[in-house]
Amino acid sequence: MSKLAPTPGQTVGPFYGYALPFNKDNELLAPGSPGSIRLQGTVYDGAGNTIPDAILEIWQPDSNGNIVQRAGSLVRDGYTFTGWGRAAVGNSGMYTFTTVNPGPVKPGAAAFISVAVFARGLMNRLFTRVYLPENEEALANDPLLSSLDSERRKTLIARRDPDGGLTWDIRLQGGDETVFLDFQQDGSLDLVTDQS
Amino acid sequence: MPQDHTAQVTATEALESEELVPPAEPHAAHETKDVETQADLSAEIKAIGARYAEALKNGKAPETMPRLDYAPYRSSILRHPTKSLHHADPETIELYSPAFGHQDVHALESDLTIQHNGEPQGERIIVSGRVLDGDGRPVAGQLVEIWQANASGRYIHKRDQHPAPLDPNFTGVGRCITGSDGSYSFTTIKPGAYPWKNHLNAWRPAHIHFSMFGSEFTQRIVTQMYFPGDQLFPLDPIYQSIVDQDARDRLVAQYDHELTSPEWALGYKWDIILTGSKRTWTENEAYGDAGDEE
Repeated sequence: MSKLAPTPGQTVGPFYGYALPFNKDNELLAPGSPGSIRLQGTVYDGAGNTIPDAILEIWQPDSNGNIVQRAGSLVRDGYTFTGWGRAAVGNSGMYTFTTVNPGPVKPGAAAFISVAVFARGLMNRLFTRVYLPENEEALANDPLLSSLDSERRKTLIARRDPDGGLTWDIRLQGGDETVFLDFQQDGSLDLVTDQS
Repeated sequence: MPQDHTAQVTATEALESEELVPPAEPHAAHETKDVETQADLSAEIKAIGARYAEALKNGKAPETMPRLDYAPYRSSILRHPTKSLHHADPETIELYSPAFGHQDVHALESDLTIQHNGEPQGERIIVSGRVLDGDGRPVAGQLVEIWQANASGRYIHKRDQHPAPLDPNFTGVGRCITGSDGSYSFTTIKPGAYPWKNHLNAWRPAHIHFSMFGSEFTQRIVTQMYFPGDQLFPLDPIYQSIVDQDARDRLVAQYDHELTSPEWALGYKWDIILTGSKRTWTENEAYGDAGDEE
């Protein structure tokens, strides 16, 4: 339990575009290099419209399930896998990362990528996960996934594309709203509505 | 000077050429009135504040974060989850943070007043503080990014249509890596207030956008720092989306005369407290040498 009250978040606003993106921000390794895959998807709002002003970050283990602690994300040398990347969505709400399939951090664990979502109109960042679809036994045993009903669970599992890549969409609101995570459990009510 | 101005606009467009963003803050489609006024918005803000005050009086725990569902900020209406955030224990990768080092960020990137040939217009300021976790431990060797409008309240962003002047000597972007005590410091220009289209006559209080990492990814935060005594606070739906006054105050820097540099710049102090950490720390990590490989 924290002793100090946390600083509140605020929306990333509309004008991050000249500040947060950087060269090769979404290329955790060079496109086309051995083992590289594309992770792509679209960000939608509650009316089903694409959101053109969202920015995503991913943070993941390497293909062997190692959590790397290497600097160099902002000035990529083309060889060092840092595990972290950032992608502003394009005009059509689509994002793309070039990365590797994350390995399971523990034997038999479900492999996933941690995701942070920022957008104009989104008051605070949201956390979620994207899981690889293949290891069904691991997915069935995953503590988070097994705590969700099947409809909600589906929102966290990527589709495997014919080219070996992953497709995973984010829906900020609506019937098939993506599962977003609260890690604090310390009374910092991230989602409070005025009626509550 | 007009020549310089044109050159700057062209440079800005080149900088932004890969980025397409719709005009800032379009009006929400659900509106029935043609134009909403500040009085309309202020009434909504006040009503939500009154209900929160009542809930506090009835023993509700104080809120620390902005509300995701805060209708006075019209663009949030279709962009907030309607299902409760799912409680989860952070696992594996979430208990670590990406590493950044001095190879990622040049020391001069923390001075926003030296990025061009001349001095930017406006009031030169120093903004310094520390990044701490919820237990008061310094977050060392981590990335801090900032962006802001210039002294006239104009962003160097092609979608910013505010007819205030661009400043050819000010971009408004800075980065730094926190020191071993979690400290950061930026030299910049005090940003101007900024008009937006949430409603008629909507103005954002002067602010600097901050982006920070903790020692765990779950501590990731993007927020805005404000200046003390801003008359626009009660009117601003983004600031007011944090309904608790103590929590709002945590986004307001303090003027610090000790930090003020004689005949050079006014000093503002602002500490950032991240959410609590979940991982069991080793002593080396607590002193924060991870992530800086130089």
